[in-house]
Amino acid sequence: MKVSVTVNGSQVAAEVEDRTLLVHFLREQADLTATNVGCDTSSCGACTVLMDGQSVKSCTVLAAQADGREVVTVEGLATSSGEMHPVQRAFRAEHGLQCGFCTPGMVMATVSLLAVNASPTEEQVRSALEGNLCRCTGYHNIVRAVLAAARDGATASERRPG
Amino acid sequence: MSILGTRVVRTEDPLLLTLGGTYVDDLRVPELAGAARVTFVRSPVGHALITGIDVSAARQAPGVIAVLTAADLTDLGPPPPDDGSGGSEAAPLPLGGPWAEPLLAVDRVRYVGEPVAIVITDGRYQGEDTAELVSVDYESLPAVVGADAALAGGTLLFPAAESNVAVTGGAPADPAAFDGCDVVVERTIVNQRLAPVPLEGRATAAQWANGKLTVWVSTQNAQISRFVLAGVLGLDPGAIRVVAPDVGGGFGAKVGIDRDALVVAWAAKHTGRALRWAETRSENLVGMTHGRAQRQVIKIGGTRDGRILAYRLDIVQDAGAYPRMGGFLPFLTRLMAAGPYDIPRAEAASSLVVTNTTPIAAYRGAGRPEATAAIERAVDLFAAEIGKDPAEVRRINLVPPEAFPYSSPCGPVYDTGAYAAALDKVLDAAGYQDLRAEQARRRERGDVVQLGIGLASYVEITAADAAGGETARLVVHDDGTATAYTGSSAHGQGHHTTWAMLVEAELGIEMAKVTVIHGDTDLIPMGVGTYASRSLQLGGVAVHKAAVDVKEQARQLAADMLEASAADLELDTERGVWQVRGDPAASRTWAQVAGHAGDAGLAAEVNYTEGQPTFPFGTHLALVEVDTETGKAVLLRHVTVDDAGTVVSPVLAEGQRHGGIAQGIAQALLEEMVYDADGNPLTSTLVDYAAITAAELPSFELLASETPATNPLGAKGIGEAGTIGAAPAMQNAVIDAVSHLGVRHIDMPTTPARVWAAISEARESQ
Amino acid sequence: MIPAAFTYQRASSVDEALDLAAQGGEDAKFLAGGHSLLPLMKLRLAVPEILVDIGRLGELSYIRDDGSHIAVGALTSHDEVATSGLLASELPLLAHAAGQVGDPQVRHRGTIGGSLAHADPASDLPAVILALDATLVARGPSGSREIGAGVFFRGLFETELQPGELLTEIRIPKPQAAGWSFQKFTKRAIDWAIVGVAVQGDSVALVNMGQTPVRASAVERALASGAAPREAAAQAAQDTSPPEDLNAGRGYREHLARVLVGRALEESRSRA
Repeated sequence: MKVSVTVNGSQVAAEVEDRTLLVHFLREQADLTATNVGCDTSSCGACTVLMDGQSVKSCTVLAAQADGREVVTVEGLATSSGEMHPVQRAFRAEHGLQCGFCTPGMVMATVSLLAVNASPTEEQVRSALEGNLCRCTGYHNIVRAVLAAARDGATASERRPG
Repeated sequence: MSILGTRVVRTEDPLLLTLGGTYVDDLRVPELAGAARVTFVRSPVGHALITGIDVSAARQAPGVIAVLTAADLTDLGPPPPDDGSGGSEAAPLPLGGPWAEPLLAVDRVRYVGEPVAIVITDGRYQGEDTAELVSVDYESLPAVVGADAALAGGTLLFPAAESNVAVTGGAPADPAAFDGCDVVVERTIVNQRLAPVPLEGRATAAQWANGKLTVWVSTQNAQISRFVLAGVLGLDPGAIRVVAPDVGGGFGAKVGIDRDALVVAWAAKHTGRALRWAETRSENLVGMTHGRAQRQVIKIGGTRDGRILAYRLDIVQDAGAYPRMGGFLPFLTRLMAAGPYDIPRAEAASSLVVTNTTPIAAYRGAGRPEATAAIERAVDLFAAEIGKDPAEVRRINLVPPEAFPYSSPCGPVYDTGAYAAALDKVLDAAGYQDLRAEQARRRERGDVVQLGIGLASYVEITAADAAGGETARLVVHDDGTATAYTGSSAHGQGHHTTWAMLVEAELGIEMAKVTVIHGDTDLIPMGVGTYASRSLQLGGVAVHKAAVDVKEQARQLAADMLEASAADLELDTERGVWQVRGDPAASRTWAQVAGHAGDAGLAAEVNYTEGQPTFPFGTHLALVEVDTETGKAVLLRHVTVDDAGTVVSPVLAEGQRHGGIAQGIAQALLEEMVYDADGNPLTSTLVDYAAITAAELPSFELLASETPATNPLGAKGIGEAGTIGAAPAMQNAVIDAVSHLGVRHIDMPTTPARVWAAISEARESQ
Repeated sequence: MIPAAFTYQRASSVDEALDLAAQGGEDAKFLAGGHSLLPLMKLRLAVPEILVDIGRLGELSYIRDDGSHIAVGALTSHDEVATSGLLASELPLLAHAAGQVGDPQVRHRGTIGGSLAHADPASDLPAVILALDATLVARGPSGSREIGAGVFFRGLFETELQPGELLTEIRIPKPQAAGWSFQKFTKRAIDWAIVGVAVQGDSVALVNMGQTPVRASAVERALASGAAPREAAAQAAQDTSPPEDLNAGRGYREHLARVLVGRALEESRSRA
């Protein structure tokens, strides 16, 4: 079937098998490989993107379900001149990543959290990230990065990605 | 002011954060254009004879290019020679001979997940469909699961070996070892099987063209992988290029190149098609090597006032279905068995047994967490037996600061250490006395929620294979930039940042102008890689030495250019400029000096083999609350000293500690790979394998402590220390929380069910 | 990792959804948020040949005060249920429980209808609507009908819904008793409940103590005859058949049920 998704502001249309997962559509048809597949039971969150502004696990969404919708991946966060989004800046400043594989999903989950809760407590941050596994960082600096991004004013009122 | 020891953010991050890393499955290189997909057919049974493989339906499926089994593996080179010894104590290589592991199963499968065949298809989705069409007939054999079944030998995995015991080592029990002890405590405990779960599973891509094999693999060492490929495929190493792109975590399980990747590389040569493979998480949980899996008998004896006189550790190491690392893991456990304590008589012995489960290999700590967990349990059991505070018992027995270098009765010589200071620092920061007081109050009141305080003091060995060394080549270009080629192989450790810091510190070439390259055997043919927490003290020192070498060459060149004597030349590292002492006008930039170097260029190459293993140490304190009605434990605080000598990059060292601590806590609290008696894995998805999340962890309290090593950077390895200290501290804390109810021990993971069972049992026996 | 091949059909109205399902017969399944169905399909434990996507039927996503009861459209997401101001004041048990389902990403996609139709006794919402004495509204080829929560859940992953029948609404009477509590006992926050308890007043329902969610009837009878919370809670495991798995044996689940029911009743009373 033909699927057309607006990804990071640009329309991506392709003829794909009905069973195509959104994560594969993004990685292959949209050629955006930052979003990763880390599991097969919707557990790890490495595939997290925004769909119509909300975080979703793109491995558990069919491309067909995203047809006609707006998706934002981590590649769509920085400005066109390459200036990092406050959440990306915070992750760097706080050493919130090591191997980087979980990072795109973590960043998008963070963007989604801060859009609905601009000043989360540490406990709320940890709870909000329970669907995003990281094996390298022990989460300590990821939490610091989220709190730093919140202090930096990275809320819904920030320039919208895409 | 040197940049070393200052807080520097990583150079790797902007790309990782904006465009993402390039892991194997992300590669869009021309060589892989039009690459086909490999999907494995794996054994669904733990132990069986293969009585038939029917690939006919699979071969007809749409989009199929080939379906290959062991029968097609006729074009391989001869297998590596079998030295007939069954492996050596310390050999980290697979055992050959009767224990040999095939690439694709031939007539028998020995673990669920073992590769039996591959299907090669145009697309990934078709691959999964086609793999289902391969029909394999299995004739089940009794499965061997667990140490007892393996030792009993009723069923042999390798009939030709005549035993399930592959390797033994260590000292037989000295009957007099515990003479003179007022108190002796003995217990059988389990250091359970774990899955490493790097977020990126195993992945490989390969292309054979014009007589050259190129293999991209998610590995911790490209150079060693190249030699393995050469040996297995019967190719000259010069005909192979191995590239480690970005690697999404390894934790020891991606050391070298494993059999699935070897199959992919072979298949690329066999079919002439470029191929890609990336396993699913379910495959990863049974196909990637597991860690730990030791059954341990600990025996500790000493005086009533707390002095430990004797300790013995007997290990049965589960190797899984194929003894890939020989006896190397339990060898390391035996080496570090005595921990940071000055114990007059300490000995250890081990047996390595095969079972119908996933093979065991290194996982963060690789043999040392097992040693620490054993003795830290033993110390707490001893303390409980004599009714003494476990902190006090530790303090009495820790190797004193004046004893270094200290020869441990188990073999190694600990280089430098300040063990009691680490313990005291942690106790102080945690407010130990106040915590004990609060614990006492809650016990008095009979609160449902009790407090537990757990300690672990540890010493560990890093760069155990220091003699293997590490390589570095540093080039300064005539535009003033520099390139450092390293044999190390970062997969999250930030070497590009740290090695650039080392260059800037020595040469004054700013980090932004230093490019670090690793992981490509065409560019770096010789190297060892990143594991065993070896890279900073070997690879970093190699980079540092190359920089020193470059500096001296540059001094000569600058002297030449400035017609001065070399002795009068000095390097202003703040500005990165060479000048004649006392004559600022007489100066040359790095660009100019490099330009003067002629055809050879300004470069230095180092193979640093003079390093020695080093011994980081520390203490962890875990504070938990246990709900005594449900058994659930919650970690409130985790306070640590992890002393790995001089800290070159504080930011990165802290990150390594955090990650290590989390994995240690995960072992103590949550994670376990479980098999049933038929060899079926029961925890083969991330729903059942309880990988720890942010919601189960607090922020950690890391204390600073630097007791330098004797190498040029003063550095020891920090990568695994956090894991080694955290698990026993957490386990001891949970047990401590319910010890007043009569509980003496709970095996890891201390799940709610186990804690409740321990409480119930203790109540019943009172 | 990849579902077996299927044909995707998108419904633009409830009628169309019913028609497509009727045509597909046994080979067709409804797809709402997909967070119960797609994970099963990816492991190939479910292999429907036709998926009828009802995810765009906005007319089935609502939360309405209908006077004596609250009406929640079947396609309302867990996140919408969890953050609804109306539910926070009228049905805090439901709002709170929905906020415990999975993780934020799952809650953005998963729907109350999808979760109830999936009928996993280990999931949170079935026990909640059982405790709330809800009525489920289903539409099929022959029209609409109402099904009481007490008879809706028939077995493991099995409901009263007939093939081709679509859950459209959950009607929940506004509770008489104000007290409520939801106790979800897990190893990790993200896990399914090892055991869970939903209490509204003196209605007590259990998560993961049988093949369906179950009312703790013995507890309710004890409360009705004046027993104190902990005393009544001692009956929590009566007439239950808890599963045995890696997390818990039968005895431990029964013990947890008693402990958690006791705590839930105490908490509920403190809120009354």
